[in-house]
Amino acid sequence: MSNLTDLTLSEMCAGLGARKFSSHELVQAALDQIAKFDSSLHAFLNLAAESALKQADDADKNHQPDKPLQGIPIAIKDVLMIEGLPCTCGSKILEGFIAPYTATSVKRLKEAGAIIIGKTNMDEFAMGSSTEHSAYGVTHNPWDTSRVPGGSSGGSAAAVAAHYVPVALGTDTGGSIRQPASLCGVTGLKTTYGRVSRYGLVAFGSSLDTVGAFGRMAEDVATIFSIMAGRDEKDATSVNQPVPQIKFDHEAMRGLKIGVPKEYFITGMQPEVEEKTRAAIEMLKNLGAEIHEISLPHTEYALPVYYIIAPAEASANLARYDGIRYGPRAEADNLWDVYFKTRGGKFGAEVARRIMIGTYALSAGYYDAYYGQAQKVRTLIKRDFENAFKDVDVIAAPTAPTTAFKIGEHVNDPLAMYLEDVFTLPANLAGVPGISFNIGFDKNNLPVGLQLIGPHFREDLLLRVTHTYQQATDWHKKQPPL
Amino acid sequence: MSLSQQEVEHIAKLARLELSEEQKELYREQLSAILDYIAKLRELDTKDIHPTAGGGLPQMTLRVDEAHPGLATDELLSNAPKAEDEQFKIPPVFE
Repeated sequence: MSNLTDLTLSEMCAGLGARKFSSHELVQAALDQIAKFDSSLHAFLNLAAESALKQADDADKNHQPDKPLQGIPIAIKDVLMIEGLPCTCGSKILEGFIAPYTATSVKRLKEAGAIIIGKTNMDEFAMGSSTEHSAYGVTHNPWDTSRVPGGSSGGSAAAVAAHYVPVALGTDTGGSIRQPASLCGVTGLKTTYGRVSRYGLVAFGSSLDTVGAFGRMAEDVATIFSIMAGRDEKDATSVNQPVPQIKFDHEAMRGLKIGVPKEYFITGMQPEVEEKTRAAIEMLKNLGAEIHEISLPHTEYALPVYYIIAPAEASANLARYDGIRYGPRAEADNLWDVYFKTRGGKFGAEVARRIMIGTYALSAGYYDAYYGQAQKVRTLIKRDFENAFKDVDVIAAPTAPTTAFKIGEHVNDPLAMYLEDVFTLPANLAGVPGISFNIGFDKNNLPVGLQLIGPHFREDLLLRVTHTYQQATDWHKKQPPL
Repeated sequence: MSLSQQEVEHIAKLARLELSEEQKELYREQLSAILDYIAKLRELDTKDIHPTAGGGLPQMTLRVDEAHPGLATDELLSNAPKAEDEQFKIPPVFE
């Protein structure tokens, strides 16, 4: 497949600027690619083909050089609202819901000229690591369609891996950008908590949720990041920190100290994942970084802390789906039964499980033992990172313990699925940024990801180190056998 | 720890989730396993540790408290399953 859709974001921007092709051609090429492959991948929940082509024609007629993304097709995870388009969050409880306003992150990309071609599939309300919990069917991994793309942002990861779009937005509450980026062999950035506005993002775990981006390479992700990030008055949790224009020079590795946490190499992880991770770290060393073994001693508690805090917050956030104001309603002759039947009938199994765990953890008599204790252990996990970043600039670790697993493999074993996120959850609990990018393939030709974790607001460092690695290797250029 | 069927029913009632008998049994087993796993946190002594609430970043600020136009009533009601006279319509609460 050698065509316009194989271009990276920066190549598309340059080509449009030089009038080598039109935005109409770019958008049409994306739609053709989707028409060709998405019946087998199912990365998209819905397409906005007509409006995308119209916007492309407008962009072609009225070229505005001050808009860095003018005429570029992108995809958005179906958890971010775009005015006039459906927003289902992969749930039957939002079937038919049309977003009344646009999320700030998306609005900024649109103002920069980007064209939304559709909304991507996800685990219901972003709860899951495989996209199997979508109420609208699983997304398939472009590298092997019998396998999951990871999740919860599996549709966006697959859309970038399958060269539908050069970049796509996702969200990361416990690994939902980094893990699918790893399993689909693309670059995925989880931003610092508070870095990108969450206005218009449907809430899951409010102390953990972040908006980020997928691309085939660090440079493209950086472009999207710099446009999206920054204070938004409509989100009180968005932070007023200057957003750097990231410079990709050869200086990223000079004097760079990379910490490798011994707790991230556990028994039970796929041996090839450890092997490739060690090899990639060796490569970073050859590129000029100093490597230090470090300890993040409370790592083993991240998973239990997360599975109290995230469900507790979700149980409160998802209380709003009551069949009264939006979404379908199960008819009944009293209000109590409307709530019961709507929620019982429309939430999927994983969402119901998490609502119940959260409800239990917050219920009278259990609050201190569960939620209170989890918040205290969260402090210890945060301190682990604060201490580590006194000695090193960046932490390098595997993104996920395995490569892409088979569809159906973990679906009846919630705890096995939760373990997929064991290396990604700690960054969410500490609020720090992380990135995952492809560093090679296992014996089944499935991608393996390396995760870099940085201090608060140092996305620039993560992107520059990733870029340096990608300049020296060509894993990120490999294409899935579609 | 093992949850009882009554506990599952109580949680489902608090969460306003209608469950079938099979679902109650399935969730009883699955939730018990998950709660067993997270009980690991009790190993840690956290006597003098301050809890982290929220994302934990200090700089968060509120906007100036000024009125701004919001979304129009008809736009918001357009997503409602039932609406009448600019209001959401629900079954009677009082007889």
